[in-house]
Amino acid sequence: MTDWLLDLPLALGLFGAGAATLAARSLFGAVLGFISTGLIATLAWVRLEAPDVAMTEAVIGAAATSVMILYVASRVGTRAAPPAPPPMVLRILAAILSALLAGLLALALLGLPEQAPSLAAPVLDTIAPTGLGNPVTAVLMAHRALDTLLESAVLVFAVFGIWSMAPDRRWGRAPGPAFLAEPYGPLAFLARVLPPLGIVIGIYIAWVGADAPGGKFQGGAVLAAMWVLPWIAGLAAPPCISDMRLRLAIAAGPLVFLIIGLAGFAAAEGFLAYPPGFAKPLILIIETAMTLSVAAAMACMIAGPPERRATP
Amino acid sequence: MNATAPFALAAASLIGLGLYGMLAQSSVLRKVIAFNLLGVGVFLVFGVVARRGAAAGLLADPVPQAMVITGLVVAFAATALALVLTLRLHQTTGAVTLAEDPEADAPPGKPGAETA
Repeated sequence: MTDWLLDLPLALGLFGAGAATLAARSLFGAVLGFISTGLIATLAWVRLEAPDVAMTEAVIGAAATSVMILYVASRVGTRAAPPAPPPMVLRILAAILSALLAGLLALALLGLPEQAPSLAAPVLDTIAPTGLGNPVTAVLMAHRALDTLLESAVLVFAVFGIWSMAPDRRWGRAPGPAFLAEPYGPLAFLARVLPPLGIVIGIYIAWVGADAPGGKFQGGAVLAAMWVLPWIAGLAAPPCISDMRLRLAIAAGPLVFLIIGLAGFAAAEGFLAYPPGFAKPLILIIETAMTLSVAAAMACMIAGPPERRATP
Repeated sequence: MNATAPFALAAASLIGLGLYGMLAQSSVLRKVIAFNLLGVGVFLVFGVVARRGAAAGLLADPVPQAMVITGLVVAFAATALALVLTLRLHQTTGAVTLAEDPEADAPPGKPGAETA
């Protein structure tokens, strides 16, 4: 039970940070609470022996999401007065409902049978033909490849949705507002120093995902951050959304995945099946395209719809 | 009781907190933050289930882990879309909430009605 010495403070920290997020008076405080929750959750994932998820939670769940919320909050929340909360009765009812749900869930989770069902053994039995050493990547790329294909399509559609929020007169321009350049500020310094390291780290994380914790989403998110940083620092302008190269980069992942998946009908057993002996190279091709797409799509999502007045 | 009990309780409480935040707060941005809190809780449930499914020499079942990675990316995309919708709502109407405010002078939905 010495495990609990670490786990209990982490669990209490999750609850405390979550409660602080809701109780915060200012929007900024709520975002800080959410960032803390995400970072403690990252540690919880490490304790749950899921380093792949821990990396995704840190990069995407805590960092990238919070950057977007902070950015929108700084443009929306500070200017407008906070709206009146719903009536007291409604809040009490919501509290009862939420407490009931949390209590029932806790009971259900604590009452799970000691002999938990597991798909670990079947995954390990069928991992050899894929040539992958990381079982989580094997599930993402082979066993549940359809999920991953649909997920990569979700990213493309999310970018469609965000770009379609652009006012008509701004359509086709570069994503995001024009950021003020401060050539000797700390942000400009970071935007010069970090990308050379970050790009190498991002590519490494994406590459090593085949055999160790990591993967295309984690690596792609780091690459996206390295791409967005010079935009925010005002050092570089993003490409226009009408640029075919940018559009192709965003769509490359699902396109390549779909083409290789359809080729499975002719060359292997069916949709998304890999021909024997070619699984590893095909997976590598898909992962490369997906890393590029995740990076491009996430960068465009963080930047937001085109808002620049002048064409860069 | 088992080794994952603390995280199971934390996951359940985060889901409760997130649901309450989504229902009982009127600011759209706060709702988006609460939605993400709820998400952290739901994903942690998967983490608890994965850890309990440790077998065949693996310390955690890889299938729920892969589903959480998928879920995290989709939640990020949904949050990005919700945030941009919130920003546009504010830019076109000046509102930060979807609730009807009886004290508002200008009717919601009128472009540029109350840009402070």
